[in-house]
Amino acid sequence: MPVSKSVGARIKRREDPRLIQGLAHYVDDIKLPNLLHVAILRSPYAHARINGINTDAAQNLSGVKSVVTGDDVKDVIGGIPCAATDPEGFPGIKVPHHPVLATGKVRFVGEPIAAVAATDAYIAQDALDLIEVDYEPLDAINSADAAFADGAPVIHEDWDDNMAFTWSIAGGDIDAAFAEADQVVSQRIDHQRLVPNPMETRGVVAQYLPGKDQLNLWSSTQIPHLLRTQISVMLGMAENHVRVIAPEVGGGFGCKLNVYAEEALLGHMAKYLGQPVKWIEGRRENFVHTIHGRDQTGDVELAVKDDGTILGLKYTVTADVGAYYQLLTPAIPTLTGLMLCGSYTFKNVQMNLTAAFTNKMATDAYRGAGRPEATYLIERMIDVVAHDLDLDPLEVRRKNFIGKDAFPYETGTALAYDSGDYTAALDKALKMADYEALREQQAKLREEGRYLGIGFSTYVEICGMGPSAAMPAGGWESSTVRVDPTGKVTVLTGVSPHGQGQETTFAQLIADGLGVDIDDIRIIHGDTDTVQYGIGTFGSRATAVGGTAMVHAMGKVKDKVINIAAHLLESNPQDIVVEDNKYCVQGAPESGLTLGEIAMVAHVGVQLPEGTEPGLAESHFFEPPNFTYPFGTHIAVVEVDADTGEVEIQRYIAVDDCGNIINPLIVEGQVHGGIAQGVGQALYEEAIYDESGQMITGSFMDYALPKAHNFPRFELANTVTPSPVNPMGVKGVGEAGTIGSTPAIANAVIDALKPFGVRHIDLPLRPEKLWKLMQET
Amino acid sequence: MTPFDYHAPKTLRSAMRLVQAFGDDAKVLAGGHSLIPSMKLRLAAPSVVIDLGGIAGLKRVTAGNETITIGALATHYAVESHRLLPSKCSLLSETAAEIGDAQVRNRGTVGGSIAHADPAADWPATMLALDAQFDIGGPDGERTVAASDFFVDLFITDLQPGEVLTGIRIATPPENSGGAYVKMRQSASGFALAGVAAHVTLDDAGNCASVAVGVTGVAPAAYRAHAVEDALVGQGIDAAADAAAHAADGVEEFQEDHHASGDYRAHLARVFTQRALSQAIERAA
Repeated sequence: MPVSKSVGARIKRREDPRLIQGLAHYVDDIKLPNLLHVAILRSPYAHARINGINTDAAQNLSGVKSVVTGDDVKDVIGGIPCAATDPEGFPGIKVPHHPVLATGKVRFVGEPIAAVAATDAYIAQDALDLIEVDYEPLDAINSADAAFADGAPVIHEDWDDNMAFTWSIAGGDIDAAFAEADQVVSQRIDHQRLVPNPMETRGVVAQYLPGKDQLNLWSSTQIPHLLRTQISVMLGMAENHVRVIAPEVGGGFGCKLNVYAEEALLGHMAKYLGQPVKWIEGRRENFVHTIHGRDQTGDVELAVKDDGTILGLKYTVTADVGAYYQLLTPAIPTLTGLMLCGSYTFKNVQMNLTAAFTNKMATDAYRGAGRPEATYLIERMIDVVAHDLDLDPLEVRRKNFIGKDAFPYETGTALAYDSGDYTAALDKALKMADYEALREQQAKLREEGRYLGIGFSTYVEICGMGPSAAMPAGGWESSTVRVDPTGKVTVLTGVSPHGQGQETTFAQLIADGLGVDIDDIRIIHGDTDTVQYGIGTFGSRATAVGGTAMVHAMGKVKDKVINIAAHLLESNPQDIVVEDNKYCVQGAPESGLTLGEIAMVAHVGVQLPEGTEPGLAESHFFEPPNFTYPFGTHIAVVEVDADTGEVEIQRYIAVDDCGNIINPLIVEGQVHGGIAQGVGQALYEEAIYDESGQMITGSFMDYALPKAHNFPRFELANTVTPSPVNPMGVKGVGEAGTIGSTPAIANAVIDALKPFGVRHIDLPLRPEKLWKLMQET
Repeated sequence: MTPFDYHAPKTLRSAMRLVQAFGDDAKVLAGGHSLIPSMKLRLAAPSVVIDLGGIAGLKRVTAGNETITIGALATHYAVESHRLLPSKCSLLSETAAEIGDAQVRNRGTVGGSIAHADPAADWPATMLALDAQFDIGGPDGERTVAASDFFVDLFITDLQPGEVLTGIRIATPPENSGGAYVKMRQSASGFALAGVAAHVTLDDAGNCASVAVGVTGVAPAAYRAHAVEDALVGQGIDAAADAAAHAADGVEEFQEDHHASGDYRAHLARVFTQRALSQAIERAA
């Protein structure tokens, strides 16, 4: 798409002034009369029977309005939903009932047991201390291995064991690939459990209006419409009597692409108590009861030729999915399977997954959601192949790259990569890095006993989720574009953002498309009473799918505007052009009409062409024909301190190709944050549960997020390979940084330690781990 | 919230009276960077909080030719930004700048940190290396305790019930001396996995006339690395590297958690002792 006035420009985010001035309204800013504050009693045990709960003392505390337990709500609130439980897709799947409040048994630390509503948040918290629960502690399971061990306690006693589900994918002829191989390169790869940690924790406000039988539910969610459907089912209310509002949402990273116990519970309490209720998640609650990411461990085998050609890949993996399913839990590792071929030509592939129930919080979508696992695995293995065959990791990559003429390219996992030029991104990154000089510097420093490492990640990811047929709950998106009589434009979009900047990028598209000032455009989202049904913002889909829906709706509006303009100017529609924000007959700009003038005519309704409906609003529901496949090359340069094992990132170069770029500033922001989050996985982050199932990294004092001082200035660039999947040629960039950076850092650190004979190290690459490896040699 | 009585005395004398009157029921509040989080997490639930923040005399920092004084209520930032300290005793400015972030340094106090005695806090190492004297007020009047006698165990100091740390006195280091504080940060909290403060005075021949090394983060309480000091006093500066190898000698119990094992902490004590000594010697020369 040509860069016109707005599209392609570095426009500052229009939403930022209100965010940085404290003028935005998050869930906690919702104030209602007679509001009650809710606190949740959570299990201190990973696994225990509940023999009794006594709430008398809590009920009697002054200011407490109500105490609700599992027994009170089990018949009135349905189970927490999971959208990926089809036994055809997941053979042997066990789908345990997932109550909003535990009854009989608790299965992870942080599981909700009771809720207190009180006149203030302090009293509600105090009342929790007065609830007496008679627990009978049981042995806990803190890993998939422990779940499958002989004699392991069974978490869901409706079944005999802790096997949750299996899943597999196969493409090509894996046996032939391994028969043909000169060598088999094997490595066990671990993807540690991570905590998403959005800046704003979750929160819910619920209000019931008895006169209308209407439930208003404010939630910090990525999916207001899907949440509304699910809440109506869980509470047995008509869907059109439930209004969900996602106000300002302060980050999600996938963890708010879900339906949580508190959302239904608060909805129920508001109705039952006849007073509005509010619950704001504490940070410690967020650590234990908002979904986690990753947590797979598997054995990878690559069939390779001596020259580095990869013939096939086998991945046998177990996933630790926690005690229950959340909305998409089983679906996440399937994305790993789909993307196992990476940017490489081999088509013989097989993944066999077994998932285990453990006494931990559920895993689900966390930035990248299954694809970081695939990319880390294949990009790490490329370096292991290079190590074993004594080849340059770049040579192995180039030898196996899918060529730029091969697109659309069908993978061994039956995906159709839309477009790509992997060599171009790699070459550009190498040039920025001055690769030859880096290798020389590395050799020189090694002689001085200093350990520099250079790591690559030549990733491809799957975005723009996605065709509905490939999604658990609809992959389309919606938009309404309406022009008010005065020419102001209002857009309703189904992709409710939580930091992605749709209010800016979508307005840029409209400004250029309709010929209107960007300040005259308003993007509305997140309120199910206002906005037509939509799916939500996740999977780097907002622009590729939601933006496309809007562009199509805008196109319908524009057709009508041009028809009216042609009628008013006594010309033909095909002769109308937009110049300087005026609709005019080609060659006669002086007689042009503004969008406002035409919109007024459309609304007054008397000068319209025959057969034209009055008004000026159109909707579109867009079903994408395919996913999009962004790609790129990340290069990390690190130095490992020989005395301490500390890793210093000296340079970070990223060349990302996300197709056409609507706003480079926003793309860079997404890449910055993404890189930081991926580096977090590589170097710092790990959610650790001890043998009793206690989370020992349950606060920011113990769970290490990356910080600004951990990073050098990023060196960023793009290549632009438009996607043929949508008219804008965009691909998506929300997750690229996260997906690309983890393996780049891991490969760099392991490259630094090559003189010590190091071949692979599991993440996170903590200093002590590296120091020990350096001592062993 | 567990209710508590709040007292904000204006003078040290009335603070002492309150502390003695309420005994174990009371907690003394300085900058609030340990006590308030503990109360918020319901780990501490004192029935009385005595806020020393209103006592102006306890916030002063002075740097004279003979003595440096730091009031117990002086913030980390007050030390970090004191204009004379970089020349009189840069080890103090350097340590203060290593603590937390700007917000923490603006509120947290030196005395609060010392009295709390977190095993990974920064100040104890530096106070040990500078042979600081702690002034303590109590029911039996005032007394002074050397830093080396103060840090007893995990969160345990020589402070007795009814006593309050009121100030810190440090002999202003001579011309031919230098100090350094270096640490490895625990990646989440920023506290020291190992933090080492070294203070070295050189004689006219350029040998080490006196050496003091304080180590934090490694053992349940910060300690003086006497074995390092013994190995280096009277020796040339070239002996520092070998001497640093003794930084964990005699430690009976190491701090250990998922961030770092005891072995690794012992190793870090040695590495950072060497780094601290080398910088201290460079500054002394």
